[in-house]
Amino acid sequence: MINAKPILLKRLMIISFLLLMVLVAVMFLGITVGPTHSSMRTVLQTIFGIRASDAMLHTIIWKIRFPRVLLSALVGAALSLGGLVFQALLRNPLAEPYILGISGGAAIGAIIGILMGFSRFPGVSLTAFTGSIATLVLILAMSSGQTILKKDALLLSGVMVNAFCAAVIMFLISMTQDSRLHNIIFWLMGDLSLGDMRQVGILAAILLPCFILVFWLSNPMNLLLMGKELAQTMGVNIKLVTVTLLVTTSFMVSATVSYCGLVGFVGLVMPHLLRLVFGPDHRILVPACVLGGGTYMVVCDILARTLPKQGEIPAGVITAMIGAPLFIYLLKRSAK
Amino acid sequence: MNSAINVKNLSHSFGENLVLKNISFQVPTKDFFIVIGPNGSGKTTLMKVISGIFKPQAGRLEILNRAIDRYQRRALARTIAFVPQMLSVDFPFTVFEMVLMGRSPYLGILGLEEEKDMEIARQAIAFTGMENLAHRKLDQLSGGEQQRVFIARAICQEPDVILLDEPTASLDLAYQVRIMDLMERLKNEKGITVMMVSHDVNLAAMYADHLLLIHDGHVLCQGLPDEVLTYKTLEKAYGCTLLVDESPLGKFPRVTLVPKKYMNKD
Repeated sequence: MINAKPILLKRLMIISFLLLMVLVAVMFLGITVGPTHSSMRTVLQTIFGIRASDAMLHTIIWKIRFPRVLLSALVGAALSLGGLVFQALLRNPLAEPYILGISGGAAIGAIIGILMGFSRFPGVSLTAFTGSIATLVLILAMSSGQTILKKDALLLSGVMVNAFCAAVIMFLISMTQDSRLHNIIFWLMGDLSLGDMRQVGILAAILLPCFILVFWLSNPMNLLLMGKELAQTMGVNIKLVTVTLLVTTSFMVSATVSYCGLVGFVGLVMPHLLRLVFGPDHRILVPACVLGGGTYMVVCDILARTLPKQGEIPAGVITAMIGAPLFIYLLKRSAK
Repeated sequence: MNSAINVKNLSHSFGENLVLKNISFQVPTKDFFIVIGPNGSGKTTLMKVISGIFKPQAGRLEILNRAIDRYQRRALARTIAFVPQMLSVDFPFTVFEMVLMGRSPYLGILGLEEEKDMEIARQAIAFTGMENLAHRKLDQLSGGEQQRVFIARAICQEPDVILLDEPTASLDLAYQVRIMDLMERLKNEKGITVMMVSHDVNLAAMYADHLLLIHDGHVLCQGLPDEVLTYKTLEKAYGCTLLVDESPLGKFPRVTLVPKKYMNKD
């Protein structure tokens, strides 16, 4: 007799709960550590309002660290969920959230914004968002009609648009001499240092409905892995599901990138890691990516803030430095 | 007649290329119905139209006496299950998870299975004799085993009709018979109508209640195996010399290929 697996809902609850606890724990850690070298005890007392004496520390914790930790969690969640969706849609495990040229378009937008001397928020964010949405529309128009459902057309258009954008970015960088160059490079490597609560709130308001919509489509995503035609004979409205996922995810990733620049690797590695651990069922993977991706990003941001004696490392550098070896290790282990 | 599938004057084209030309036939309920014909004759296109993947462009198509376009997507999926030709799943689902996906057209808004769905999946796995493989990953299975998983997935969909596009292609001899036996049991024990495309005319002769021979998008011949599998029709369809006699196993035709070197020897 076959052993019944635990019913999915129960499994979903347990996994989500555990990952949520981990996320809350690292977010807590993220709030307590920082370059001010306050003792853990003082920080905890400030957080819980036991001792409200140190106004400076209070400001640092609630005005600087807390929004930043929240931003990291949102960015990690959105990027790894984006990767998961594109891997399912294109049936290609190497797809990543920037695959449709979103990164290239956003980068051009951001660089133009920086060169024009806009402030980080809302100026540069808006130009970056405009850039990525413009490339998205361009790609969808290029592969319009029937071919929108053909994965290779979409994939190749994305690669080509990204290549073209890379050339434009290099051109813009080569033309820039002054201090704005540093801003551009930092943006390209991913930068989470921006953000007050209002901005983080706007991003959360954009992302949370996207998360829910993607979760709602997680079972059709399972069926899509078997091929579009078979999924169709199992009652899935292929066009509607594909277009909805494509647009939602691109929008979500564009919004994220416009806030924090190009944080690479999270979207490629996190869905894989979680798939290796929890299996390929998207009904588990969607919440796991949101919570696990958030956790990973918060951890990487803590390291980015605390590792160097002065200043900080761009978050994207840390995500790739940890992610790549970890990924190879898990892949090797699972192959046994 | 009570027909599971009723096709009347069906035509289908891809651009300029007319693939199905005015096809008409009926599949009775609880029938083992096999479609044969040479490569490129339109068999796969026909299966894709009947399974709802392509919309019928001209003519009528009725499933259980109801026009296919009057079915809701999920209702159609509860009526017809499709096992396509080649499936490659790059993501490591287990056999049980894969079979359970057959419950999708029955799931509620959250898309979560209940105990009842698990039980139906278990039964489908038992029916196809895969209890031992239930928790293996799909990519660790042989081609024949994978084919059984996809059939179990279709059974789990609890359809009235199962469509299969060449389920025995690229399987070894023992597995070909196992798959065909399985489909016969499905018809006899569960009362499911089975419609299949096959390349193997001898397997078709041994199992089919009715045959449909299509050639170049037309129906060349349809009926009982000994009406369809004659020297004349087969030569016309396949354009090669064949020997048709009675099988030593029973009252159905046996088709033998005649290579060039044996011709003129009588």
